[in-house]
Amino acid sequence: MVHSDETPGYVSYLDYKGKYTGIRAWILSTDHKRIGLLYLYAITTFFSVGAIMGLLMRIELIAPGQTIMGPQTYNGIFTVHGIIMVFMVVIPGLSVVFGNLFMPIMIGAKDVAFPRLNLFAWYVYMVGCCLAILSQILRHGPPDTGWTFYAPYSLQTGTNVIAATTAAFVLGFSSILTGLNFIVTIHRMRAPGMSFFRMPLFVWAIYATSWIQLLATPIIGITLMMLIMERLFNIGFFEPTLGGDPVLFQHLFWIYSHPAVYIMILPAMGVISEIIPTFSQKRIYGYRAIAFSSLAIAGVGYLIWGHHMFTSGMSLVAIWSFSLFTFIVAIPSAVKVFSWVGTMYKGSIDLKPPMLYALSFIFLFMIGGFSGLVLGGLATDIQVHDTAFVVAHFHYIVFGGMGYAFFGAVHYWFPKIYGKMYNIRRANIAWAMTFIGFNFLYFPQFILGMQGMPRRYFDYLPQFQTGEVISTIGGFVFTIGFIMMVYNLIMGFRKGEKAPANPWNGTTLEWTIPSPPSLENFEEMPVITTDPYNYK
Amino acid sequence: MEEKSSHHEEPRDDFAAKMGMWLFIFTELLLFAGLFLVYSVYRYMYPTLFHQAALELNVTIGSLNTVILLFSSMTVAMSLTAMQKNNRKLALIFLALTIFCALLFLINKYIEWGAKFSEGLYPGSELMLKLERGHLLFFSLYFFMTGLHALHIIIGMVILLIAFFKIKKGTLHIGKYMLLENGALYWHLVDLIWIFLFPLFYLIT
Repeated sequence: MVHSDETPGYVSYLDYKGKYTGIRAWILSTDHKRIGLLYLYAITTFFSVGAIMGLLMRIELIAPGQTIMGPQTYNGIFTVHGIIMVFMVVIPGLSVVFGNLFMPIMIGAKDVAFPRLNLFAWYVYMVGCCLAILSQILRHGPPDTGWTFYAPYSLQTGTNVIAATTAAFVLGFSSILTGLNFIVTIHRMRAPGMSFFRMPLFVWAIYATSWIQLLATPIIGITLMMLIMERLFNIGFFEPTLGGDPVLFQHLFWIYSHPAVYIMILPAMGVISEIIPTFSQKRIYGYRAIAFSSLAIAGVGYLIWGHHMFTSGMSLVAIWSFSLFTFIVAIPSAVKVFSWVGTMYKGSIDLKPPMLYALSFIFLFMIGGFSGLVLGGLATDIQVHDTAFVVAHFHYIVFGGMGYAFFGAVHYWFPKIYGKMYNIRRANIAWAMTFIGFNFLYFPQFILGMQGMPRRYFDYLPQFQTGEVISTIGGFVFTIGFIMMVYNLIMGFRKGEKAPANPWNGTTLEWTIPSPPSLENFEEMPVITTDPYNYK
Repeated sequence: MEEKSSHHEEPRDDFAAKMGMWLFIFTELLLFAGLFLVYSVYRYMYPTLFHQAALELNVTIGSLNTVILLFSSMTVAMSLTAMQKNNRKLALIFLALTIFCALLFLINKYIEWGAKFSEGLYPGSELMLKLERGHLLFFSLYFFMTGLHALHIIIGMVILLIAFFKIKKGTLHIGKYMLLENGALYWHLVDLIWIFLFPLFYLIT
C-alpha cells in the first residue's frame, strides 16, 4: 500500500494549526473529524457514568432486601441510567462519532454539507446532556419514571421530570440536525464516480439512519413538549382525571422510540458490513441485499411500535397487525446476518480485535433478535411483559448489538483516527473478558424473567438470588474487561507504534489516505471506478 | 446554515442549502402532525363538546388572520422574484410588507388571546379545570397549537428580518440570496400550517 505520509505539505488533522489554538482549536473547529472526536470523548464519558449506575443496580440486586440503596434511589438510578444510555449514548452513538469521522471520507468528500451546522449540533447535544445531568442534581430529586416517562405517573411524580424531558427534547433536536446534514451530504457531496451502489455499506446504513432520525424524532419532540406543558398547566392531554388518554402518550412515545432502536442498530450493522469483508479479505456477499435491507428496516420499523403495548389495551386487529409487522421486520435483519456469514464463507478470516467484536456482534444480536420474537408473539409476550426477560432482550440488542459494533468500530478505525496502533494481544484479552462478562451479566436475566422476576424492582424473592448473583458477577467481569479495553486504547494513543495507512488491507476510501488523515482528507479529488469491496 | 467552513475552498452549493431547508420543513410538519393526531383522537372522543367549544372562538379575527397570512405569503414570494430580477428596492419593499403582515397577525392573536384570558380562559386557570372535559381539551389544544404556531411566526419573522438587513447591507444580493429563498420557504410552511389550523378550530362547528 502506498504510504502517502511523505507527500509534501501533509499535516494531519490532529496537528493542523488553524485560526485558533489550544482547546478552542477543537471546540470551535468545523472539521468533521474533530467534531467526531469531540462526540467520541463525550459519549465515552457518559457511557462510563451510565455503566457505573448499572453496576450500582447490580450490586443492589446481589441479595434480596435493601443492600446498598433504598427503593427511591434505585428508581432514580434506573431512570437516569436509561436516559443517559438511550438518549445520550446509543441513539447518537455510532452515527455522530463514526458517521462524522468517516462517512464524508468514505464518499470522497472533504467535509459534510453544512460544517457549521454540524458543530452547532454538537453544542446542542452538549446542552441536552448538561440538562440531563442537571435533572439528577436539582432539588426535587432525580426523575423516577423510567426512561419512557409514561403518563400519568410522569405527570404526578414530584421529581425533576421537566428537566429530564427537556433534555431528551434538546437531544432530539441535535439528532434531527445531524440526520439532515448527513442526508444532504450523501446526496450532494459524493466524489465523481461514487454512485449510490458504489457507496460503502456503512454509508448506506448512515443514510437510512438519518432518514429515521429526521422523520421520527419530531414526534417525540412534540410529545415531550405536551408532557411538559401538561405538568406546567394541567392541559389534560394525557391525564385521565382531566379527560385525557394515557395510552395515547404510549402510542406517541413509541411512534418515535421504536424507530429509534433502528437509529441505534442500523449504523451498527453498517460497521459490521465494513469489518467483515476487510477481515475476510473477500468481496461482501449480497451488497444490494444489505443496502436495501437497511432501507426496509427503516421503513417497516415505523409500523411496529404497538408491540411495546400489547398489554396496554388495543383492538385485536391492531395487535395482530403490530405482531405481524414485528415478525416481518426480522426478515431484513436476517438477510444481513446471512450475507455476513456468506461473506466469511471461504474467505481468509483474520481474527484481529475488530473481527472478534464483529463476530460477537452477530452472536449477541442473534440471541437478542430471537428473544425479540418471543416478545413480538402475542401469547408469549403476556408471560414475559415487563419482566427481566425484556431487560435481557434489549440489552442483547442495544448493548450487545450497538455496543459491540461501537467497540469493533473503535478498534477498526483507531489506527486511522490517531495514526497509532494499540496492543493487539491486550485488546484480545479485553475482548474475551467483556464477551464472557456480558453473557454472564444478561443471560441469567432471560431465565429470571421467564420465572417471573419483574423489571425495575429493587427487591426480589429469595428463589431468584442465584441468577441475580451470577448476573452481578458478570457485570464485574465485564467492567474489568471494559477498563482494560479503554486502558489499552489510551496506551495505544500515547505510546503505540506508528500505524501504516492501511493496516488491515481494507479497500474503502479511508484506507487510501494517510493515517491520520489531513485536514482536507484528499489532496486530489478521488475518482471512483469500482465497487467498494474490490479484493483481488 | 448554508455557509461553508472557512478552510474549504469549494463552490457554494445552493441546491444543498435548499434541500436542507426542505428536509427541515418536513420535520416541522411532523412536529405539528403529532398535535393533529392528538386533535383528531379527542375530536373523535368528544364530538359534541368540541363542536360547542368551537363556537366560542372569534371567526372574524381568525378569518382576518388567514387573509393576512395568505397575503404575506404572496408578498414574500414577490420579494424573492424581485431579488431574482435584481430589483433590490422592490425586494426590500415586499419583504417589509411581509414582516408588517406578520406583526399584524401577532397583534390580532394578542387581541384574541387577551379576550380569552380576561374571561379567565387560559391554560392552568381555575375556570379551565372546571370546564367539561371535552371543552378543556379543546381549549388546551387551541392554546397549544396556535401558541406553537405563533412561535413559528416569530421565528419566521426573525429570519426575514435578518434577510432584510442583509439586503440593506448588500451581503444578500442576486449572486447569493439563499437566506431569502429559505426564509420564504419557511414562511410558506408557517402559512400552510395555519391553513390547517384555521378550519380545524374555527370553522368545523
